[in-house]
Amino acid sequence: MKKRSETALSTNRSARFVLVTGLLVLLLILGLVINANTGSVSIPAADIFHMTFQSLRLNIMNFFSAGKYKSELGAVINENTASQILFRIRLPRVLLAALLGGALSVSGYLLQVFFRNPIAGPFVLGISSGAKMVVGLTLIFLIPHSTNTASFSLMFAAFIGSLLITLLVLVFSQKVQSMSMLLVIGIMVGYICSAVTDFCITFANDHDVINLTNWSMGSFSGANWPHVRTAFLICIPGVIVSFLLSKPISAYLLSEAYAASMGVPVKAFRAALLLVSSLLSACVTAIAGPISFVGIAVPHIARILLKSSRPHYLIPTVFFSGAVFCVFCDLLARTMFAPLELKIGTVTSILGAPVVIYLMIRRHSAERK
Amino acid sequence: MESIFSTQGLAVGYNRNILLQGINIRLERGKILTLIGPNGAGKSTILKTITRQLEPISGVVTISGKPVSMMPGKEFAKRTAVVLTERIAPELMTCAEVVAMGRYPYTDMFGRLSDHDKSVVVSALEQVHALDLAEREFTALSDGQRQRIMLARAICQEPEIIVLDEPTAWLDIRYKIELLDILRTMARKKGTTIIMSLHEIDLAMKVSDDLLCLDGEKITAYGTPEEILSSKAIESLYAIRNGSYNLLFGSVELPKPAGVPTVFVVAGNGKGTPFFRTLQKLGIPFAAGILMENDVDCQTAEMLSDHVIKSPCFEPITPDIIEKAKEALAGCRYVLDAGTPAGTLNKANRDLLQYADRKHIPVIRDLKGVHADEE
Repeated sequence: MKKRSETALSTNRSARFVLVTGLLVLLLILGLVINANTGSVSIPAADIFHMTFQSLRLNIMNFFSAGKYKSELGAVINENTASQILFRIRLPRVLLAALLGGALSVSGYLLQVFFRNPIAGPFVLGISSGAKMVVGLTLIFLIPHSTNTASFSLMFAAFIGSLLITLLVLVFSQKVQSMSMLLVIGIMVGYICSAVTDFCITFANDHDVINLTNWSMGSFSGANWPHVRTAFLICIPGVIVSFLLSKPISAYLLSEAYAASMGVPVKAFRAALLLVSSLLSACVTAIAGPISFVGIAVPHIARILLKSSRPHYLIPTVFFSGAVFCVFCDLLARTMFAPLELKIGTVTSILGAPVVIYLMIRRHSAERK
Repeated sequence: MESIFSTQGLAVGYNRNILLQGINIRLERGKILTLIGPNGAGKSTILKTITRQLEPISGVVTISGKPVSMMPGKEFAKRTAVVLTERIAPELMTCAEVVAMGRYPYTDMFGRLSDHDKSVVVSALEQVHALDLAEREFTALSDGQRQRIMLARAICQEPEIIVLDEPTAWLDIRYKIELLDILRTMARKKGTTIIMSLHEIDLAMKVSDDLLCLDGEKITAYGTPEEILSSKAIESLYAIRNGSYNLLFGSVELPKPAGVPTVFVVAGNGKGTPFFRTLQKLGIPFAAGILMENDVDCQTAEMLSDHVIKSPCFEPITPDIIEKAKEALAGCRYVLDAGTPAGTLNKANRDLLQYADRKHIPVIRDLKGVHADEE
């Protein structure tokens, strides 16, 4: 009996998962190093490792000795130009790109599960437009002539906007049964938000319009350690909660009614999906602006890599794929036309949109077979 | 024997509008209850209420004497599993993964399968004869295979009761028979209680221990197939006005061609039935005789013609019946010899063919050149 059950339920998928995630983690480390290395000043990889290790060690010692090693830590960071660039600019930026890319992808995956629709994403549901609207209102009316587009007031505005639209979508989801109807509502809400934003732009001065446009294309530039800390504290718990939802997600993949018949408290589960997803995407939008196509494209890429849709495997893979994707997109954005810098949204769209089109076509032809 | 499943004064419907009420069911362990009735009669509504997808408007549903409304979701899932009509399309999931989902109420929070869980999955796949499909992708299967996998998923839940909504809907006849046979075996061998809805009355008669007939307003009959068979409930249930339905065999015939018979079919021993059906298709009214009452030809002839000359079975044909047959034959334009061998008891049929010769009515052996009367 046992032998037969082993052949019938082979474990090659878990082997594939280990292989894929291992490769993704290696790629991520490679991406982090290349990113830290490349730029106007090139920092050798050995120095990167050495300095990072030093500061990490001192940070930990500092933590346990109530600040005794603060001066040594400062010395490591301010040792020379290279160390300053590494610790003040490149390291926070690349870590932020990895964290937010992973979180955005997991957020997109959860929305796809929720809507049972492969093209669901924060963009489609109007969540990004909602964030942009509130950011626009803030930039134009509350803090005009602002010079710092990564300020906390803007982060907060984006957060409010995202949550507002998500709650609106949640209310609608209780009223309408059909998922496609809800998608249509999401798209319409997105249009309304864009219209409000455009309306406000009419009364704005040029400087604020440029700021808003810059923000709405998304960027990791201007990343600092408080950003990284915030992202870490929101994204990592969010991703962990998503992973803990794996079991009901797998039942929900069959259908809502089947999930309910197996004992999933469907209403609470759906609310949890939507809340975690919007928390993650709101956090990303708040810190880096709306970054398009990552949330849609990356979960598909992860599925193809894994050849499985088991959420226990998929969610970690989606996170690491998203991190790798964004780290390399940011590298391209930074270096392709250096010293000019592209917006991260430009790169992710150019790379992400064709992936989505390719997947849709492949899926369609597979269905017809 | 104690009933495992029962409903008391159950009323079901949507949005507080009662569709059906006064549903009182009692079902023993290992029995099969089938709900039959025309489309829209409320079969699915009852099944959805039983499986807690819908709230009952009034009344109680109990499993082993315990009201299901009081059960936590997990306990209910361990007692009841479903096979729904909706077609699911889980991407990139193998059949084994879909089936293993049935272990949901038993696994830990990460959904990990123990060795026991795995062996349950394998035995569920074996029961539906689908072990070879285990590693195939679910969405690549045929309808018949999918339905078996969905049944295996329900079996995997190790429930006391399996509820199936139209399990045969997408299947061709071979898979229908196979699926119902699997259900019958499960009920008999493992004591699983089965509640389902079916479209095919004939299959329902054969597979069920109890039938519940619905007509959209009320329950028209509830009992064993034998009780239902004798009560004429089925014909009134489906309001079959045209055509007829043979309850004993579950065979369906199209409406009788109306009018004065044109062809007299000398039939018997099943040789006449194909000709009767051809005549029906051509729209030609016919008479048939002389048929023993226990002959299959007699069953079909009576469904397709008002002019059937019958003779009581196991008895020689009496002269007055032969007279009646001759009278009917004389009024026809053709006599069709269906090729029934004449034995001792039905030698009257050979006499009939000779009588036709004497009357100069053409005796034919096939229906080439025979047309319906132009009117």
